[in-house]
Amino acid sequence: MLQTVLDANPAGETINARDTTLAAYRFMLRARVLDDKFAALYRAGKIHGGVFLGRGQEALSAAVGVSLKKTDVFAPLIRDAAGRLAFGETVLDAIRTYFGSSLGPMRGRDGNVHRGRPQEGYLPMISHLGAMISVVNGALFARRMKGISGTVGATCLGDGATSTGAFHEALNQAAVEKLPLVLILADNQYAYSTPTSRQFVCDDLADKAVGYGVEASSVDGTDLAACLKIAGNAVARARSGHGPQLVVAKLLRLCGHGEHDDSNYIDPKLKNSPLGRDCLKVAEEFLLRQQWTDTGTLATWRGEIVTEIEEAVAQVRREPAPDPYDEKWLAISSKHLSEMHEE
Amino acid sequence: MSITYLEAIREAQAHALRDDPRVFIYGQDVGAFGGAFKATKNLQKEFPGRVLDSPISEDAMVGMAVGAAIEGMRPIIEMQFADFSIVGFNQIVNQAATLFWRTNVPCPITVRLPFGGTEGGGPFHSQSIEAIYAHYPGLVVLTPATVEDAYSMLLEAVAIDDPVIFCEHKFLYYHLKAEKLPSEALPIGKARIAREGRDLTVVAYSAMVHEALVAAEELSAEGWEIEVVDLRSVKPLDTDTVIASVARTGRLLCVGEAWPWGGVTAEVIARVASEGFGLLDVPPQRLNAKDTPVPYHPNLWMAHRPTARAVAAAARKILRR
Repeated sequence: MLQTVLDANPAGETINARDTTLAAYRFMLRARVLDDKFAALYRAGKIHGGVFLGRGQEALSAAVGVSLKKTDVFAPLIRDAAGRLAFGETVLDAIRTYFGSSLGPMRGRDGNVHRGRPQEGYLPMISHLGAMISVVNGALFARRMKGISGTVGATCLGDGATSTGAFHEALNQAAVEKLPLVLILADNQYAYSTPTSRQFVCDDLADKAVGYGVEASSVDGTDLAACLKIAGNAVARARSGHGPQLVVAKLLRLCGHGEHDDSNYIDPKLKNSPLGRDCLKVAEEFLLRQQWTDTGTLATWRGEIVTEIEEAVAQVRREPAPDPYDEKWLAISSKHLSEMHEE
Repeated sequence: MSITYLEAIREAQAHALRDDPRVFIYGQDVGAFGGAFKATKNLQKEFPGRVLDSPISEDAMVGMAVGAAIEGMRPIIEMQFADFSIVGFNQIVNQAATLFWRTNVPCPITVRLPFGGTEGGGPFHSQSIEAIYAHYPGLVVLTPATVEDAYSMLLEAVAIDDPVIFCEHKFLYYHLKAEKLPSEALPIGKARIAREGRDLTVVAYSAMVHEALVAAEELSAEGWEIEVVDLRSVKPLDTDTVIASVARTGRLLCVGEAWPWGGVTAEVIARVASEGFGLLDVPPQRLNAKDTPVPYHPNLWMAHRPTARAVAAAARKILRR
């Protein structure tokens, strides 16, 4: 079934389900190892500010990332380390942003999950939930005006963000303009500490799509194969002119909101339910069952990734921190209109 | 031939659309209808596919402009009234205004705010909110007072690489006329001496420039020569021109239609006090709208906002010290 959907890619590219799944799994694994490293650095007091992990959401995030082309637009959220890597972010960009390195894309001006390279279609999130959707709309709108066809724009949200006005305005806007937007909703049961029962009352967030006149699908967010199928299908539908696509994945956040949060409010029943499965383990079991890999190879990959990330962290820790005396302190690009006075 | 302030804004947009394929206009009712004030009249017909009606979604309107700007476009967003831009405030101050600082990618969007009071406008169609935008780093905030400036500053707003909040005064839309559009203009960031005088500097912007000029005329009959400085842009603020004027007159009155707390008039006085304290012969003063919502009935509205008579009265107090 997975093969069928992947073969339906309108670009006509021959995509092999095995290779795609293995590639997605490797992005999940890299994201998990990278997140674990950030958590360790946070506990050691080496990170300024917070650390926000994607534990439990890697299958969904990686599935989105591998479904996109490098020429697409992607605005990930805080739990998308896997999707970011799959879209082409380097671990150096991620680590440099957490350390505030002047060599990173945000140059110490912004940190942690607030990173991107807008000119490469990789948009850096602001903290205000739902705010990136209309920005993706604008990028897609501009490309259409410029006569560039075939672009898809994807952005990720949680269940809490569906309560914002920005979500409503932007999804409606995308529907009115029939933009190739793919909106990925990770229904991870809690927005910080607030359970979904205090966030919305519809049975499934996918129900919201009807009101906007957009297509929607729901998926078990702990199942990589299912996520690949649904995300790939949504991206293909958007790319072939079927308008905005809402993808709702049910899963459980397997960590706190940030590493400062012990998440003792998470219902133990949820942890023991199918939603609480660790998607990384589920993916490994799937790969082994399919005999697409073996335990030795999985261990080798993990070892290679750990080495890669340890080396990258060591490199960034030797790099210069931003220097306030070198900082230009200019908030606008038109220097002649700056309010700064020469000192 | 004569051209109004409003027509100048329409002409500037037509000019920008004609000259630059990256420009498009997005806003409520701006398409076939031509905008609530007709600032985009016939533009959709003249520039098909580039003047588009938006849903009533100020947040998404600005967000979409930012995304388009990242992709190299130069969107103009029309807010139907400045008051409604508050619904899009988050995208303006947190998305547009931070983009260049965070990523080194410029954000060339122009957000047009029809602002300021008119008779019968009431609390939600009258606001002057330039100061709250000027407060945020990363924005350029323009307040043209003349037909010529409305035209040339809007063209410059679209041309520069940064987000611009373009405050166009609704009271001036139909009241102001010029013979023709300008062929050259002062650049953004330079204030203009609207009237020369030696006894008192009145710093004003947008519609208040005209109230100040009427007051100056009234006071000249009493033997006072008032210098009126038109700020033109409130951010950047041309402190040099203001201080040079105060150096000539020794007296300062700042006039703003906005509310007083933390506003442009406060900023001007703070700068003059800290950089030109010794130039002042008497304490600097300011005149603003009253600290209440903008009232509906003209009797109340005329008393709420600074008028030429109020400016003249405030000026006399300073001149008699």
